[in-house]
Amino acid sequence: MSNISNLTRGLFKENPTFVLLLGMCPTLGVTTSAINGMGMGLATAFVLVMANLVISLVANIIPDKIRIPSFIVIIAAFVTIVDMCMAAYLPSLHESLGLFIPLIVVNCIVLGRAEAFASKNNAWASVLDGLGMGLGFTMSLTILGSIREILGSGKIFNSAIYNEHYGMIVFVLAPGAFLALGYLIAFINHLRKTN
Amino acid sequence: MEYILIFIAAVFVNNIVLAQFLGICPFLGVSKKVSTALGMTGAVTFVMVLATLVTFIVQKTILDPFNIGFMQTITFILIIAALVQMVEIILKKVSPALYQALGVFLPLITTNCAVLGVAIMVIQKEYNLLESIVFAASIAIGFGLALTIFAGIREQLNLVKVPKGMQGSPIALVTAGLLAMAFMGFSGIV
Amino acid sequence: MVLVLLGVTLISSAAVAYVQSLTGSAINEAKQNKQANAIRQVIPGEYNNNPIAEAWKVTTPDGEELEFFPAKKNEETVGTAVKTYSKKGFGGEVWLMVGFYPDGRISNYSVLEHKETPGLGSKMNVWFTKNGKGSVIGKHPGTTALKVKKEGGDVDAITAATISSKAFLDAVNRASAALAGNADSYSGATPKATADTTKICEEKAKCDSLCNLPCKH
Repeated sequence: MSNISNLTRGLFKENPTFVLLLGMCPTLGVTTSAINGMGMGLATAFVLVMANLVISLVANIIPDKIRIPSFIVIIAAFVTIVDMCMAAYLPSLHESLGLFIPLIVVNCIVLGRAEAFASKNNAWASVLDGLGMGLGFTMSLTILGSIREILGSGKIFNSAIYNEHYGMIVFVLAPGAFLALGYLIAFINHLRKTN
Repeated sequence: MEYILIFIAAVFVNNIVLAQFLGICPFLGVSKKVSTALGMTGAVTFVMVLATLVTFIVQKTILDPFNIGFMQTITFILIIAALVQMVEIILKKVSPALYQALGVFLPLITTNCAVLGVAIMVIQKEYNLLESIVFAASIAIGFGLALTIFAGIREQLNLVKVPKGMQGSPIALVTAGLLAMAFMGFSGIV
Repeated sequence: MVLVLLGVTLISSAAVAYVQSLTGSAINEAKQNKQANAIRQVIPGEYNNNPIAEAWKVTTPDGEELEFFPAKKNEETVGTAVKTYSKKGFGGEVWLMVGFYPDGRISNYSVLEHKETPGLGSKMNVWFTKNGKGSVIGKHPGTTALKVKKEGGDVDAITAATISSKAFLDAVNRASAALAGNADSYSGATPKATADTTKICEEKAKCDSLCNLPCKH
């Protein structure tokens, strides 16, 4: 498989959020604004790239029986590192993402890619795959965050588009997350079928 | 009284799935039939209470005294993964009937973020041991409630004509959205 | 097999511990900065002491703590920031940093933590500011406790979020009452509890002679 397809696969054809429906918890939980979605996406992307890299390097020396526990430990280590770095240098973003940062460790995308791709491929391909998947995830979360922020509070990336007074608050609240994602996936399904 | 408040808050007001967005994967994945939803609920309740108990003790006796709170994520996820394995092995030996009922759901639970989420939440909320267990059990019941209602609705959805693009996950998500809206009615009662 | 797993865990832990040693101080700094920034934001004018170093605390009957940060310029008090709370919020507790002029008027406030509904109650971080619709800046809650208009007060509540607004005012009133030293008379919305609400002593000497309650200085 070529490098380019390793990278772009995660962006469109196998987009983790819209197509594979993985990692739904952070997708719904943190996308109240575009910036939160993007922050969460980038944090996950970092974990994906690093975990993929390390796992592709050590996969051969790890016996099959303890493969999954070892992968989980490696992923958890990178998640903790991201968690601490964000707490130190981006405290306000860290606060608004809250519990969802340690929960990257149980995000099915990360373990899924480690198991399905990184453990069978070389380091370079694994990094590209992680980067593609991570950016695909970031893109989806940013899109969903933008939609909810625009509809809900009349802003995008914190700059006002129209008077907040006319915002549909439901899109910032919990039900809006489900509704926005549901219609967005329906729209993407429609596009994919007509193409 | 305090425990009743924790219960109501965890089941209705801050429902783990519909208000806090944890455990969405099983919520969307195993909610096609009411019977499987009930099985999943049983397995989750069992593991969640057990995991909260063990992680709580580990946090208070190992992580806190040695001042290595930063190892929390690694420790907790390892404990949960090991616990799920152990429960599976023990159930197989001790109660094959129960294993038959819950067995298929157990491996799925390791990656159920609600379990790890609850374990971390009780530490953050500074609950004591008993409060933590009540909280974990309540969260699990809240999860079960949401899952079972949702499965009931989806069984009915099978009989309806859904527009092509909306079939599958989109209509499920929209349904969940309406359910979340209904649960919002509970907010503010505690 | 066990050795490999042990090795993986050890290396991972070592990596995490290393990063922790690098970021630990920065994390603490970020936390303290947040508090220091909140204090700077709510204190009127300049000061040249370190309010955090001179802070004192008072325990309230429900087990929480009010924290007082005095700001001084050349030993003269220019204002006090009070870290205060209310448990009457729509979604749970509300924590504020409220700044007061020496005469007890509100100079500014900053919302530290809340779980109010996004888009409704969450507007409290701008609503009650100077240019907000329900400004409380310059008001003196010490003489008459602040109330929303619905309850006969003169503060405009946040549209569709009266409970959050009341919680906000509850927290402000608590801070003001505690600061004025007459916390005994402040009772929030439950008058029955008057007898055992927060007792406070502003100075240690006063504390020993007047109050019989232990004060944390």
